[in-house]
Amino acid sequence: MPASREVVFVDGVRTPFGKSGPKGLYAETRADDLVVRVIRELMRRNPNLPPDRVDEVAIAATTQIGDQGLTIGRSAAVLAGLPKSVPGYAIDRMCAGAMTAVTSVAGGISFGAYDVAIAGGVEHMGRHPMGEGVDPNPRFLSEQLVDGSALVMGMTAENLHDRFPSITKDRADAFAVASQEKVAKAYADGKIQPDLVPTATRKAAEGWGLATVDEAPRPGTTLEGLGALKTPFRAHGRVTAGNASGINDGATGCVVAAEEVARELGLTPRMRLVSYAFAGVDPEVMGVGPIPSTERALRLAGLSIGDIGLFEINEAFAVQVLAFLEHFGIADDDPRVNPYGGAIAFGHPLASSGVRLMTQLAREFSERPDVRYGITTMCVGMGMGGTVIWENLA
Amino acid sequence: MSDVEQWKSLLAGKNADEVVTDALVRDVDLPYGAGTMALITLDNGFDHTKPNTFGPLGLLALDEALDGIAGRTDVVAVGVTGKPFIFGVGADLKGAVAVTSHEEAAAIGALGHHVFRRLGELGVPSFAFVNGAAMGGGLEIALHCVYRTVSSGMPAIALPECFLGLVPGWGGTQLLPRLIGPEKAIKLIIENPLSQNRMIKGRDAFELGVADAMFEPADFLEESLRWAAQVLRGEITVRRAPHTDADWTPVIDQARTLVDLKLRGASPAPYRALDLIALARTASRDEGFAAEDEALADLLMGDELRAGLYAFDLVQRRAKRPAGAPDRALARKVTKVGVVGAGLMASQLALLFARRLEVPVVLTDLDQDRLDKGVGYVHAEVGKLLAKGRISGDQANRLKALVTGSLTKDAFADADFVIEAVFEDLKVKQQVFAEVEAVVSETCVLATNTSSLSITEMASGLRHPERVVGFHFFNPVAVLPLLEIVRGSATDDATLATAFSVAKSLKKSSVLVKDAPAFVVNRLLTRFMGEVIAAADEGTPLETADHALDGLGLPMTPFALLQLVGPAVALHVAETMHAAFPDRYGVSANLARLVAAGKPGVYGADFQIDPEVRALFEGGTRPSTGDEVRLRALRALAQEIRLMLDEGVVSAAEDIDLCMILGAGWPFHTGGVTPYLDRTGISEEVTGGRFLAPGVASVPAA
Repeated sequence: MPASREVVFVDGVRTPFGKSGPKGLYAETRADDLVVRVIRELMRRNPNLPPDRVDEVAIAATTQIGDQGLTIGRSAAVLAGLPKSVPGYAIDRMCAGAMTAVTSVAGGISFGAYDVAIAGGVEHMGRHPMGEGVDPNPRFLSEQLVDGSALVMGMTAENLHDRFPSITKDRADAFAVASQEKVAKAYADGKIQPDLVPTATRKAAEGWGLATVDEAPRPGTTLEGLGALKTPFRAHGRVTAGNASGINDGATGCVVAAEEVARELGLTPRMRLVSYAFAGVDPEVMGVGPIPSTERALRLAGLSIGDIGLFEINEAFAVQVLAFLEHFGIADDDPRVNPYGGAIAFGHPLASSGVRLMTQLAREFSERPDVRYGITTMCVGMGMGGTVIWENLA
Repeated sequence: MSDVEQWKSLLAGKNADEVVTDALVRDVDLPYGAGTMALITLDNGFDHTKPNTFGPLGLLALDEALDGIAGRTDVVAVGVTGKPFIFGVGADLKGAVAVTSHEEAAAIGALGHHVFRRLGELGVPSFAFVNGAAMGGGLEIALHCVYRTVSSGMPAIALPECFLGLVPGWGGTQLLPRLIGPEKAIKLIIENPLSQNRMIKGRDAFELGVADAMFEPADFLEESLRWAAQVLRGEITVRRAPHTDADWTPVIDQARTLVDLKLRGASPAPYRALDLIALARTASRDEGFAAEDEALADLLMGDELRAGLYAFDLVQRRAKRPAGAPDRALARKVTKVGVVGAGLMASQLALLFARRLEVPVVLTDLDQDRLDKGVGYVHAEVGKLLAKGRISGDQANRLKALVTGSLTKDAFADADFVIEAVFEDLKVKQQVFAEVEAVVSETCVLATNTSSLSITEMASGLRHPERVVGFHFFNPVAVLPLLEIVRGSATDDATLATAFSVAKSLKKSSVLVKDAPAFVVNRLLTRFMGEVIAAADEGTPLETADHALDGLGLPMTPFALLQLVGPAVALHVAETMHAAFPDRYGVSANLARLVAAGKPGVYGADFQIDPEVRALFEGGTRPSTGDEVRLRALRALAQEIRLMLDEGVVSAAEDIDLCMILGAGWPFHTGGVTPYLDRTGISEEVTGGRFLAPGVASVPAA
């Protein structure tokens, strides 16, 4: 990439992810408050970063109305107590919102417009169900620009199974079970907790509580159990609630900086941005998106897939991870892939997930100084993929 | 029957509409693996506009929650916090009003202690996370906990009990002095309540040592829980300043002197509070809490407290919904204000209108120098506000631009509200209004700040007398919260509604008054002062006369008030009142001589009686004792109030009391004035009956 300055990932945190709905952790918690908590924790964890040195706050949300509206990057910055001189904005690329927040500020840092930025995302899918307030242009269908299934993510996953006939429901379920097991182990090993910020949860009828762990993981999930689940998107289909991510609430954030500024301020860079790419695919098979975006990012970096030692790939659906792995000739259970598990267990609050991938990759890097390169990648609704390649600085 | 059962049955049904503050318990996994905390949320189910309070049912709800927690072995700590913006604001006052026996009163204290003290006597540490307003019993809950955190954004922490006539007797007088030392405790328990019920902010509470840690409001609870986890893990040690016995005696003596100076024994509560604070030096918890129970019961059964609760209710409720005010929908919009005159009063009014209404304000005067001086005064005051950081530079620019001066009244052409503050002379004021009427619209309100002239007469020569209204401020305009709004015989509802609406925007409490000489406050104070001066005229030593009413704990003695008002103004008002009611209002020849001599009052610069003034007053041959002066003044007040109510000057005795509290600063424990006259038997003796039914501002019959 034609970078004038190197861009580094300094630190990332997130709220525990909750299950959406009236019983969920954050049923009565505002989305902007989740972002505020993340921003404040980043500032607290990085005391060498003077608040007035934050040059931008880019926060993604898919549904930018209500408590996710009002230019959430700016409003959350003010609510978090950052100096009023710190600007902010809202950003949207659906599931890749936080990822795009990072790449956008990274571009600005590289160009020299910023020294340090906070990037992240939030999605409170309980308060803002997927598709809230959308008004698709009738031309999409009348001119057959996209297939009718393109806006229903579960259907696009079924379509992906069609495209990759070798990816069976059993393979998808096995991958899902493994994801649950890896998350349970990562929790048991204390890999997840350090980057979670305990977050207050108040419900009028129950009083105050505190979220300290993710709500969605189902340790002990078995193949038999998954086999019994319905396939809501297609009769006798393959996609179930068990081999897909859930409907979740949560926020993420990270500090991104010019490498030279990070060192000057005494911040600890953990990953260096090598390249990034986004790519478009047919919206009705949006899950295939990470393949072209990764190919492009590798090409930009002058790397091959064999150079990548760790993969953080968002598990919107098991099939979409498996399609990626099959394409690149990687085994379903390759230990380089999602070593701490993924969204099938953690959950996937749409626009927030990109930074979760980065935060986990950074922690994995710290344990594996022998690994030089890793990628974070995810599929995106309306037919896109996004990939960021990182270099380990541990 | 257990104690709790006994209290329960005693208090059952006493306040059927108690808004019950619930104690919701949730388990919280503390950070750093510190274990499980049982976190209690105090929440009455309403938003912050209806704060958490504690009546018997609320106390029992907390008791039950603590029962549940006490039976557990898996919790390492207990936490207490509030609903958003509110921790707790203390006892349910409605319940307190309903108490009719010493036994019930004692039960309220005992039940509170029984429940709250458990927080300090659990087997595990307790933490209060004071997230929002914490007053009285709310703050005492926090004090019973072993540790406290406070939000730096919190605006109101107080122990206002002494302000009302109570003591913080659910542990406050015993726990606070030991926590932060007697000197600071006295500040919170006695000094602040007696200084217009001052509140402190979260930051002050932290600095005083009331809280052990402070966190910002954005993530107050989360960071408090982290801190608690670190305390539990021994990573943070809480240090508090030690207090020695030597801290106690001198500050208590000093405080007693201060209280005496302010109250002269008029209200028992601060004295009881001082005794309890003194006791806290040596008393065990049991002894201390028992003494608090006793004090609470005595005070709850005293008329001073009941008058205090009555006064509080007047100020909180009646002042916000003035009796007799017309439908506020009738009020016209005020987008520009005119002030006739550019003297000190006019300038003060201009500043107030500009600040509160944020609309253009034009001062007019015939003299350019006076005008420049008036506008200059406002600009200088705005500058002071800016220097103090009370307003921003932009706001200062805005306010300065809003206030201008004009030599002609043309500038009022588009004004919606014109107030005159010229010399107190009917002819002059009539002339001024006629000139204003020539330029303003037909609906522009013409308000007068007269303190004694007739609104009806002032309006009589106008084409539209219906738009004239009395708008009587009290000096200093920016400080005293009362406005007497006077309806003339022609004043219409739209004008009156506009006046009330403007008053509200000015953040004043208003009372509707009939067009009668001197309205309420000045009529009563002049009558009262007239009796004291008459006694002096008759030969009562000036000191005796002036201190005869010390027992009421008034904000100042009659002669101090005379000094503040100025003898010339007092004489003028006395003459006006004498003209209206020659039988009851005299004009003291000595006062006239005092004015002629150019004296500022009876006191000299050294706060001693001026010997020349003493000489002026010599020659009286029928001196009275202090007691006689007191009775004479109070009887005069009772008579005058009865007459005012019969004349319909205000709609009820409550309005008289509200006026005396807000306009004359008469203390809560007198309930304004009528509760005091009722409880001392003077109303009955002079008028043949009470002003208020028993129980309204006094202990009801059992």
